[in-house]
Amino acid sequence: MNKINELFSKDLKVINMGLESFHKDLKSQDVDSIQMNWRPTAGGNEKMMALLARLKTKK
Amino acid sequence: MQDLIKKANKQALENLQKAQPTLIGIGVALKDIPNMDKKTILHAGPPITWDNMSGPLKGAVIGGLIYEGLASNEAEARTLAASGEIKFEPCHHHNTVGPMAGVVTSSMPVWIIENKAFGNLAYCTLNEGLGKVLRYGAFSEEVIERLNWIEKTLAPVLTAALKLRGDIDLKSMIAQVVQMGDEGHNRNKAGTSLFIREMAPYIVLVDFSNEEKADVLKFMHSNDHFFLNLTMPACKAAIDPNANIKYSTIVSIMARNGTEFGIKVSGLGDRWFTAPAEIIDGLFFPGYDKEDANPDIGDSVITETTGIGGFAMATAPAIVQFVGGTPQDAIQYTTSMYEITEEESNAYKMPTMNFRGTPTGIDIQKVIETQILPIINTGIAHKDPGVGQVGAGIVRPPMKCFEDALEAFVELMASEGMID
Amino acid sequence: MIKYDIRKNAYYDSVTLMLISKEIKTIDGVTEALVGMGTELNKELTVNLNLMTEQLNEISANDFYIAANVESEEVMTVVISTVDELLTKKKVESGSEYQPVSLNAALEMQPDANMVVVSIPGKYAEEEVNKLLDNDLNVMLFSDNVSIETELNLKQKAVDKGLLMMGPDCGTAIINGIPLAFANVVKKGNIGVVGASGTGTQEVTCLIDQMGAGVSQVIGTGGRDLKSEIGGLMMIQAMEALMADDSTDVIVLISKPPAPEVAEKILQLTKKTDKPVVVDFIGGDHSIIKSVGAYPCTTLEDAALKAVALSKGEVPEDFDGFAVENDVIDNIVTTGLSKMKPDQKYLRGLYTGGTLADEAMKMLGHTFGGIYSNIPLEPKYELKSLTELTGHVCLDLGEDQFTVGRPHPMIDPSTRSDRFVTDIDDEVAVVLVDVVLGYGSHLDPASEVATSIKAIRKNLAKKDKDIFVVASITGTVGDPQGLAESTQTLEEAGIIVMPSNAQAVRLVKAFMSKLSGGRYE
Repeated sequence: MNKINELFSKDLKVINMGLESFHKDLKSQDVDSIQMNWRPTAGGNEKMMALLARLKTKK
Repeated sequence: MQDLIKKANKQALENLQKAQPTLIGIGVALKDIPNMDKKTILHAGPPITWDNMSGPLKGAVIGGLIYEGLASNEAEARTLAASGEIKFEPCHHHNTVGPMAGVVTSSMPVWIIENKAFGNLAYCTLNEGLGKVLRYGAFSEEVIERLNWIEKTLAPVLTAALKLRGDIDLKSMIAQVVQMGDEGHNRNKAGTSLFIREMAPYIVLVDFSNEEKADVLKFMHSNDHFFLNLTMPACKAAIDPNANIKYSTIVSIMARNGTEFGIKVSGLGDRWFTAPAEIIDGLFFPGYDKEDANPDIGDSVITETTGIGGFAMATAPAIVQFVGGTPQDAIQYTTSMYEITEEESNAYKMPTMNFRGTPTGIDIQKVIETQILPIINTGIAHKDPGVGQVGAGIVRPPMKCFEDALEAFVELMASEGMID
Repeated sequence: MIKYDIRKNAYYDSVTLMLISKEIKTIDGVTEALVGMGTELNKELTVNLNLMTEQLNEISANDFYIAANVESEEVMTVVISTVDELLTKKKVESGSEYQPVSLNAALEMQPDANMVVVSIPGKYAEEEVNKLLDNDLNVMLFSDNVSIETELNLKQKAVDKGLLMMGPDCGTAIINGIPLAFANVVKKGNIGVVGASGTGTQEVTCLIDQMGAGVSQVIGTGGRDLKSEIGGLMMIQAMEALMADDSTDVIVLISKPPAPEVAEKILQLTKKTDKPVVVDFIGGDHSIIKSVGAYPCTTLEDAALKAVALSKGEVPEDFDGFAVENDVIDNIVTTGLSKMKPDQKYLRGLYTGGTLADEAMKMLGHTFGGIYSNIPLEPKYELKSLTELTGHVCLDLGEDQFTVGRPHPMIDPSTRSDRFVTDIDDEVAVVLVDVVLGYGSHLDPASEVATSIKAIRKNLAKKDKDIFVVASITGTVGDPQGLAESTQTLEEAGIIVMPSNAQAVRLVKAFMSKLSGGRYE
């Protein structure tokens, strides 16, 4: 809860993950925002996603 | 598992960061390159058979056989090449790298580079020049004559001058050229200039005729890419200590033979992961277009593998005149490479990137995760032997190489019981 | 001839592609076209548009394709180059700033990031939001199609870490005075708002601004937060933050009626603060709210009025009338009636904002023999067909049935423009609409409505008929579209603009009772 009140006292610094129009609107108001070139992990290739995940498991 | 991978990758990067590639002399392939013999021809890229070779590589092989006196004309050379008597091996299997066709035969002089941090050696022929040259598959009399001149004049003069001068620290030279508009693969003008500057005072002093010494200087001066054949073995020497680090997902080799693109991964040792090489879409010289292009070819991508070349495109904005795009694009390309690499070079800093070090150490996990493939700046060869360069452009490795490597890595980890 | 262009491993967001599809269809020689990612949904749409081919079965959701029915090869070439132009234009407009692919790269570029707005396809939301929360980032999750189990997991993590996780399906928030996604430019003040509904939050905050007051923070929770499965996790988290926030003196809660045990939890929490709490559980029970000392409301407007009164230290009063004198209203009604022909009997409510439509439905209630809808008050008033409308109808055009393969009507007004044409027949007397301004919304929604209405009225005039059109604007003077400009645009088309959705509905109700001559209750 403290973190949220902290947020209220700071300048908003945004990362936009998705629709670029949201980022453009923020920039037009001089808000500090960056636009990600988001794509699904491994381009959504499920075989690759599974392989990557196996290397991330804790054993 | 990630902890083990991270630790292994850190080791790989440490090795790269502390590399000290140094030019220590010039040798001859047969004498100096490990496991070389008269009937062996080294070539760029992953293993390939004569039948599968593209035009430029076949042409270079033909030229190499004629140069060695093993054949007296094209027809004889072709027969010999197809006969099974000649052993074709990747340069990489012999601590060597070769640009474009990358053909190395036993009599050819080779730069000898030592990575002083580990003592390992790497080799590369001396760059013949531009246009109709062996590495683009030309094998005319002119080509053979030039190869002979390189063997009989260029190499001896430079060998003597080098002896006088002593070792040349290539790491610090490359560090300078990336601040002078070079990237070490497709743009080497500054490097060639610095090299001539280093060598000239000693060339002047060696025991050869003035004409010979002048020819040597003129020759280097006429070929902007002379330095490429030094950056390549420098990178090779820097990365070879990473050939076999258990659990590391860092790429240890990238190379193409004009038919296939191949990579090796540190934690997977000697295994090649290959896929069809791409056709480069770039800017073509007048009169040529995509139809004329040979698929991607050469070991020069060893520069990108160690973080310069296309990865340092931001520092060589003039290159966009040859490969297309804008200087802003060049900066964006380099910026995107940070997303697939482990660290920034502690030696090669780029002024246009606020002096950030070049993106170093490609992690196959990151390539697959982000779908960002390494960016390569390259020349485009005509698909027919002997025509030469027809353009330049930007190309990427096939994703399949990385996917196959990741799959193999996971299988290996599973077989060792490291993961389920 | 049907032609295709397929690009493997090329990712573009759905809204961009839908808008490009629309553009392509206007090219000369194009009969039909679809530009999209190879999702099952798009493939289905492709079949429906008679553009399907075997090839498309091979591609995956990560591949991009253009399918078009064109007159000739040349036309297809134009189609492809236009698509490329539009995609590049989008890139160029993004400027020369690098757009990071990985979160690590994004955090390197924006090391002090404290809010991430996520609007990616729902199926990827869980993995991404987990990473964000792990990195101590507050999240606004605009994406929908996220399972309730995922929502619970993410919110529990957020609560444990003391972070905001607004959503899924959260379209509206104003944090530190900055409108996020679909939100309005609202003056800064001392009223804090927590809303489980987008347009409901927009209406309340816009009215607060119009009344000269302002907001401290406007926190969204997503539409399902107050269901028993989620238990009001984010509303509670947000309330606690506002209770501890020195800039907030009044708290407003907006939501559809919560699950009873969740309502109980929330109302009990209101007792822990001295700050007055205005509770609009739209259409819910007032007595329990009163019993904990909070202030219940009858409409979104009522909630705004009460909040403003409390923010000034005044006593809040119920409001369910008009901003103008009754005789003014009578005049408007009478004038409108005078233009009606005997066969004109019915209502058409065409809404882009879900909560506004819901409020209209609740206010109209069971009057006039029942209002048919895609969000009916009772199953028996569910519309059987969305194309053949009968009786009184009020539609929420932002609902799923209307947004398959089309952007939300707040982004792309053409859905409603099309419905104006199809849904207003000779028997329609009254049209009721919302016009939502602010960031995220269309460039000029008022003009879109005005153009449609002007055309309809022109046609009706030929038959010596007219319709009675009532609108309200959810917007502020600070919004890019401008409240005053939008009002003028609507009025110039002969539309009656009321100060709030509630008053617009009341006016419509007054008109319809006179129209039916008291036939209905």
